[in-house]
Amino acid sequence: MTSAERFPAASRWLHWSMAVMIVTMLFIGIGMAATVSQRYEILVSIHRPLGIAILLLALVRLVNRLVNPPPPLPPSVPTLQRIAAVGSHYLLYALMLILPLVGWAMLSAAPYPIVFWGGPHLPPIVPQDPLTYAWLRRLHTTLALLLFATILLHFGAALFHALIRRDGVFESMASWRRTKSRPADPRP
Amino acid sequence: MNEVRPLTVVQTLSRLALIGVALLAVVAAFAYAGGWLSPARLTQTKMVAAIQAGIGDHPGFRRAHAKGMCIAGWFDSSGAAVPWSKAAVFAQGRIPLIGRVALASGLPFQSDASVPVRSMALRFMQSDGAEWRTGMNDIPVFVVNSAAAFYEQLVASKPAPTSGKPDPAAMAAFLSRHPETARAFGLISMHPPAAGFAGDTFNSLNTFLLVNAAGTRVPVRWAVVPLQPAVVQASSPDDDSAAPPKQNRLFDDLIVQVHEHPLRWRLIITLGRPQDPTADATLPWPEDRQRVDAGTVTIDQVSSEDNGPCGSINFDPLVLPPGIEASDDPLLSARSSVYARSFTLRSGETALKPPSAITPRDAQRVVTP
Repeated sequence: MTSAERFPAASRWLHWSMAVMIVTMLFIGIGMAATVSQRYEILVSIHRPLGIAILLLALVRLVNRLVNPPPPLPPSVPTLQRIAAVGSHYLLYALMLILPLVGWAMLSAAPYPIVFWGGPHLPPIVPQDPLTYAWLRRLHTTLALLLFATILLHFGAALFHALIRRDGVFESMASWRRTKSRPADPRP
Repeated sequence: MNEVRPLTVVQTLSRLALIGVALLAVVAAFAYAGGWLSPARLTQTKMVAAIQAGIGDHPGFRRAHAKGMCIAGWFDSSGAAVPWSKAAVFAQGRIPLIGRVALASGLPFQSDASVPVRSMALRFMQSDGAEWRTGMNDIPVFVVNSAAAFYEQLVASKPAPTSGKPDPAAMAAFLSRHPETARAFGLISMHPPAAGFAGDTFNSLNTFLLVNAAGTRVPVRWAVVPLQPAVVQASSPDDDSAAPPKQNRLFDDLIVQVHEHPLRWRLIITLGRPQDPTADATLPWPEDRQRVDAGTVTIDQVSSEDNGPCGSINFDPLVLPPGIEASDDPLLSARSSVYARSFTLRSGETALKPPSAITPRDAQRVVTP
């Protein structure tokens, strides 16, 4: 194994917790739009607060990225893959922020009250307008599918680094071993 | 950097295959969740398509209860429901509401006389931002108890291309499969509608749960019961020259009546007992159940949905304030999901929508002395 620098612990925590939340969110979203069963009520009641949680965490993550810059890719990564890596990460961050905002705006334009578990409620962020609602509703699905495709690409690239290139990039995010200063011996 | 042992061709190919399988598994799971692998699954898209197969395309209109008019007014809560619900709407006091009265049909320009079922939808707007939206009908029970049965009924009642009428054999087959629907039709036929909207009682049909401050839940059904006499005929039927077109008789009557004086309904909440059916809207509850007079709904304004406050409101039965919750009635999710689909479609069709049957001019009509 190689010894590419690891992401800071805060970045890894944010990455993996949000990975679970966002993948869950995508499956809930596509699922609730394709059922009239009682699952619908449950899925919608998770989808909205989870979306706001993702928006808040995405903001935290953006700040974290500025404070804790990611480790550089190994020099062995070819230029084209480097460009794809940088581009796809910009896209992931943009979608993490935009998708919940489009959802919030969509509910505002409908209008629906945006109330969570009977407690806090969010103000509308766009004026009520049917055409705006219809447009945002379509945009929400389109961007969700784009996010799914981008995450799929990200997942494929991670596995490619882990299994084919074996250049430490996968481990820089996926490794949880407690290292101090020196890279650990891969053998136990 | 440490050296990485090169992979053999076989190793490389098998690892690439593994990556491919992993990606395909994720895509397959996503496709399954989205219904693409289960053509038999009943989705909101399929349900709306079945509705449109029966009524045709009416862009910009609701897919059900298409012919309607906005109403507005307020709710004076008596405070009597507070022991059962912590919802702010039930605290003693007044809150504004808007709503919509409609015919329970997907055809936006039908004659009022041709549709036997009418509806009233209300949107109670609490000051804390939470809302209570409810769509009620003037029948005592609903005709089906599941989304699947509703879909089957749509398919069975679809007009045949040759005759333009539903196939009686298909409907008979549907009713034999769904005796609960046949029973519901029997109950409905015993409750003829009132002469007009003003005298109609509108029922929630579905069961909900009230939750009080202690967290205790009780199953309920609610209704708005008119305070004005059941038979009111404001537009005099013998005055043909001044009479509004018969096509919109029920709406015209209501417009005239509301312009004369506000109309009022009592909001009656029926408390269910543990043995009462909550998940079957075709079954009535026993008559002797405790009823709570939660307050009075007053309607003092009417307007066309083309410029009124209800036009772009989706009366989603799952828009509920804290203190009111959905029960295990499967129709609630079915209604909510299908309404959402209908709402998205019609919102995108506003440019194609012709004027509603009740125009802004109709709604301004005042009674001539």
